[in-house]
Amino acid sequence: MESFHTLTAIAAPLPGANIDTDIIFPARFLLITAKRGLRRYAFYEWRYAADGAPIAEFVLNRPAYQGAEILVAGDNFGCGSSREQACWTLRDAGIRAVISTSFGEIFRANCCKNGIVPVTVSPEVLQALLDDAARGEVLTVDLESQVVVRSNSERIGFLLEGWRREALLNGWDEVDLILNSSTAAIAAHEARARRASPWLFEGD
Amino acid sequence: MASTLYEKLWAAHEVEASPDGVSLLYIDRSLIHEVSSPQAFEGLRAAGRGVRRPQAHLAVADHAVPTRDRGRPIADPLAREQVALLAANAKAFHIRHLGLHDPRQGIVHVIGPELGFTLPGMTLVCGDSHTSTHGAFGALAFGIGASECECVLATQTLRQTRAKTLRLRITGALGLGVTAKDLTLSVVAALGATGGVGYAIEYCGETVDGLSMEGRMTLCNMSIEAGARMGLIAPDETTFAYLKGRPMAPAGASWDAAVEAWRALRSDASAVFDRTLDLDAGAIAPRVTWGTSPDQSAPVTGAAPDPAQAASEADRRKIARALDYMGLAPGERLEGLAIDNVFIGSCTNGRIEDLRAAAGVARRGRVDARVTAIVVPGSGAVKRQAEAEGLDRIFREAGFEWRDPGCSLCVAMNNDRLEPGKRCASTSNRNFEGRQGIGARTHLMSPAMAAAAALAGHITDVRQASR
Ligand code: SF4
Repeated sequence: MESFHTLTAIAAPLPGANIDTDIIFPARFLLITAKRGLRRYAFYEWRYAADGAPIAEFVLNRPAYQGAEILVAGDNFGCGSSREQACWTLRDAGIRAVISTSFGEIFRANCCKNGIVPVTVSPEVLQALLDDAARGEVLTVDLESQVVVRSNSERIGFLLEGWRREALLNGWDEVDLILNSSTAAIAAHEARARRASPWLFEGD
Repeated sequence: MASTLYEKLWAAHEVEASPDGVSLLYIDRSLIHEVSSPQAFEGLRAAGRGVRRPQAHLAVADHAVPTRDRGRPIADPLAREQVALLAANAKAFHIRHLGLHDPRQGIVHVIGPELGFTLPGMTLVCGDSHTSTHGAFGALAFGIGASECECVLATQTLRQTRAKTLRLRITGALGLGVTAKDLTLSVVAALGATGGVGYAIEYCGETVDGLSMEGRMTLCNMSIEAGARMGLIAPDETTFAYLKGRPMAPAGASWDAAVEAWRALRSDASAVFDRTLDLDAGAIAPRVTWGTSPDQSAPVTGAAPDPAQAASEADRRKIARALDYMGLAPGERLEGLAIDNVFIGSCTNGRIEDLRAAAGVARRGRVDARVTAIVVPGSGAVKRQAEAEGLDRIFREAGFEWRDPGCSLCVAMNNDRLEPGKRCASTSNRNFEGRQGIGARTHLMSPAMAAAAALAGHITDVRQASR
């Protein structure tokens, strides 16, 4: 996985609660089995009219937000479907951090597997950051110190679970980690479980 | 120390534990479908990894499959390729796969329990958020993304942070015409779309005890709509009776040993939950969503809210946006809203009991001439059972289309899709913008309510219709 340390970038505001993964990546594009090259489909229904013409007012279509690498979004961003395409499309569109008061849990986990930092802040802070973003000010997301820095230098702390943070900072591949350090423990668990619940292993 | 059911399941699956609540969790089984798996298998290939325990997985296509003309190749080339890719991947990695023409094919969350693949006490995952459904059996079941699917295939484990626990006790008798769907819509409305984030919800109380497994699955299914990745119900005699004799359930002495172990799967009387909530089932009326988030619902006798009365500016904007998308006026009554489409199906309400309830209403009339109504059984087994009971005939004679099993209009990934602006009475679980087609307007409700709406041509109170 791509590692993440610190990023200073344009932040695009997406106010409004419960922006679900169907909005981020509409279901009909889920027939595509590739993981890369999905940038075109991000927020498709909000970005393009029925005839395919870009909707000028949508934030990610506005010239000021070209090159945005941070999203500042309303409560419960990424709720709904578990589709990881929601993260892949954001990453492909250049997004490296998403800031909200809360996230859909599966989406949040998916972000951490794709080099995108989910930053959780209080409602008051979110409002301030939405205002900053609306004014086109850059934000800094520093994962090492776990702070968001506003352009007025105000520093806002946030927390990411230690194991997720470490994986992002180091760009670790989770599967590699587990295979390298836990294979024996997994086998030991299986041996125990086979004795305790043999019916779960019938046919193995 | 007294523990909750969730804590017991968690502890029994810890491969490595740490004091901060982060554990490497053993995953007993996984369900695999065509949409969230191609990239997982691709990841395995790219890293030269194999599947640790092929027998622990079961693959089936459900999202992209057509619900008619199954005799012909799938018309949409992308869907055809995706379904074929699942078969090829399953074959390459020696995973059991139920093909499109297998009599057991159906929605992952319907076939898992039906086959006895889902069992109490296990950890079960799927690249699908409604995996919470399987918690109805006392299994620790949750949805994951494709990267996590890859991790489970390769290692049979996942690193997870322990959830907080929420006990939701439901007491009182459900009124006539009120179902598990109305219960779950009430729960989601009470908690809000984020109320369950970070929690595993355990449902208990006499109302839950009295529900069938189908009803319990409906209840656990929509836990994710309140943000909770897991719903749980302690297994009991109803659970065991449902599972006994299922093809993949243990049999003979193995069954007896399993049941004995499963009886211990309940929260201790003095177990402490992080949060508790009580709900009176007797106060619940049939519910209908009016907005674009599953927590935006009201009793069918109620109305859409007026944004002007919202508690905060953020709420006002949220409600106004939803009403605008749904084409509703502030304070507009739900009863009487004309509908264009009806969808009966999905992993929430595509089981035999749901079809019985819908048919019970459908037999009393004909689908309104302006309405297109489809019934999509959740699985091949549900379809055959319904046909054996003559439900298909009731639906057809009333003017419903009788389809083959799959997700269909729940997610509109196959060729079942609504036109912009169409209003649909749907038994599925998400009323998100565009969920049933670009610009389509979804009202979630129970199967009986959806059938009643089909006959009336508008949203109607099934309790009145039943009189
Ligand atoms: S029926 Fe709907 S919610 Fe259930 S698995 Fe299929 S698409 Fe997902």
